[in-house]
Amino acid sequence: MGKTLAEKILSEKSQGDAHSGAFVVAKVDLVFAQDTTGPLTVREFQTSGFKRLANPEKTVLFLDHAAPSPNQQLSADHILLRQFSRQSGCLIFDVGEGVCHQLVAESLAKPGDVIVGADSHTVTAGALGAFATGMGSSDVAVAFGLGKTWLKVPETIKVVVSGSFPEGVSAKDLALHLIGQLGADGATYKALEFGGDSVVKMSIPGRLTIASMAVEAGAKVGLFPSDEVTQDYLAEQGRSDHYQPVSPDADASYEKIINIDVSRLEPMVSQPHAVDNTALARQLKGIEIQQVFIGTCTNGRLEDLAVAATILKGKKRHPDTRLIVAPASREVLLGAIEAGYIATLLEAGAVILPPGCGACLGLHQGVLADGESCLSTANRNFKGRMGNPDAFIYLGSPATAAATAITGEITDPREVM
Amino acid sequence: MLCGRAFKFGDGISTDHITPGRLAHLRSNLPELAKHVLEDAEPTFVSRVRAGDLIVAGSNFGLGSSREHAPLVIKKVGVSAVLAKSVARIFFRNAINLGLPVLLCDTDKINDGDELEIDLAAGVVKDKTNGSRLTFKKIPEVMLRILNEGGLIPYIKKYGDFRL
Repeated sequence: MGKTLAEKILSEKSQGDAHSGAFVVAKVDLVFAQDTTGPLTVREFQTSGFKRLANPEKTVLFLDHAAPSPNQQLSADHILLRQFSRQSGCLIFDVGEGVCHQLVAESLAKPGDVIVGADSHTVTAGALGAFATGMGSSDVAVAFGLGKTWLKVPETIKVVVSGSFPEGVSAKDLALHLIGQLGADGATYKALEFGGDSVVKMSIPGRLTIASMAVEAGAKVGLFPSDEVTQDYLAEQGRSDHYQPVSPDADASYEKIINIDVSRLEPMVSQPHAVDNTALARQLKGIEIQQVFIGTCTNGRLEDLAVAATILKGKKRHPDTRLIVAPASREVLLGAIEAGYIATLLEAGAVILPPGCGACLGLHQGVLADGESCLSTANRNFKGRMGNPDAFIYLGSPATAAATAITGEITDPREVM
Repeated sequence: MLCGRAFKFGDGISTDHITPGRLAHLRSNLPELAKHVLEDAEPTFVSRVRAGDLIVAGSNFGLGSSREHAPLVIKKVGVSAVLAKSVARIFFRNAINLGLPVLLCDTDKINDGDELEIDLAAGVVKDKTNGSRLTFKKIPEVMLRILNEGGLIPYIKKYGDFRL
């Protein structure tokens, strides 16, 4: 019997015949934690009795959630992580480098890898063909020490994507449509595996957007096969040697197959307080928005800022709507400066944040007031997510966010394009 | 045998309900962080919960973030187990890794405040208030061994490696 992408990668990394339902111990190619999960990870590593990291050069700490730190407690956590990096020899990406998942995609993840991160959006690297999954600090601490982890080989839901995206519709709308269809627990414990002619044409940023949101349907991983697009992406980063083709067998067995024709999609929005509470953007016209946020591991890349800048060029944000933009990494920010997107966004009235995660999880930078509503390009709209349980978060694409910033109410981007 | 009162919660309780991002600065101060456990879902929970009590939830409990602090503060305030119709993957793994049992059963039959008695080995929840008896789904063997050692860190200290 053929194997799914998840079964193939886990067979290779466990040196066995990994079929769904089996329990395996898999070699971990990359393991990481960030500044809100890292301190607990480091403490657990130390109490486990490990003397050293299994692979210091494949163990990474990212200071991205509180970047730069807004208070003394988080500054102390940062010191703990910097000290651990010095003592253990692990890599560290300090404040200002960017969101961990973006940096993993830009410089670390390889097709066929098993990646374990103390952050639920670790699934993002599935875009490059890596079996990448989020775990808690204990599991990550043990992966720090052993260089391996145990996994249940997941059943796979295959998502076959066909057609071309209409103008104003993008990978984010596909992700929201899929989660609306599956439900917030529709893929719990399972792998989502993407394929179809539309995926072959899709850019890596688009794939990263979709993979990052796999966990919002409960999935363990959101996997894309690697192909020429992956190869070109790695080559652009000077990592051609990191490429290897990974793909499922033609006779792989899937729990179910979902077909989506993207040419029929429209701009989508998730309504408070659940990602699967989806509607068409045009159905929500008239809902006033006090803050628009463009950024995160889901939609903070150059391609996303380009879409926003194109829509906002020569226009101004609505006077009652703040516009906050957080590029996903230093490289993205530099690229956006070079391309003129940052100037365009600033002229439209945007605030540019340093690369990082703070606004998305409500840690700092853009905390909402009671009763306020935000249209965000992030991945979660749970109650309290942006720092205030009495605020409301709507999720949409960069195009929908830019259009909404202009009108001050939820707007289908096709109205302003 | 675990005994305690049921605190009922609905569907889709996220890790942001349990320990939100706005309190990230308290994650290295667990006693302080624990004072806010689940406050965005039920503000009076933390003042009423006693050692041994049980969280009884609907579907997809613990969805969202990988923050292990969520089950950590639930355990810290004395909750002896979480019962739910279904549970998010990372939360499930994290809770077991901390020695906190997560039991999957039809929680509709349990009412808020009911006195429960749980036999982990037999896989049975007895509701002493309404007399009903529920069975819960078997925890996978690999996780049961971690749970029986009190969590992943004690397990690794003892065995030094995974034993599937």
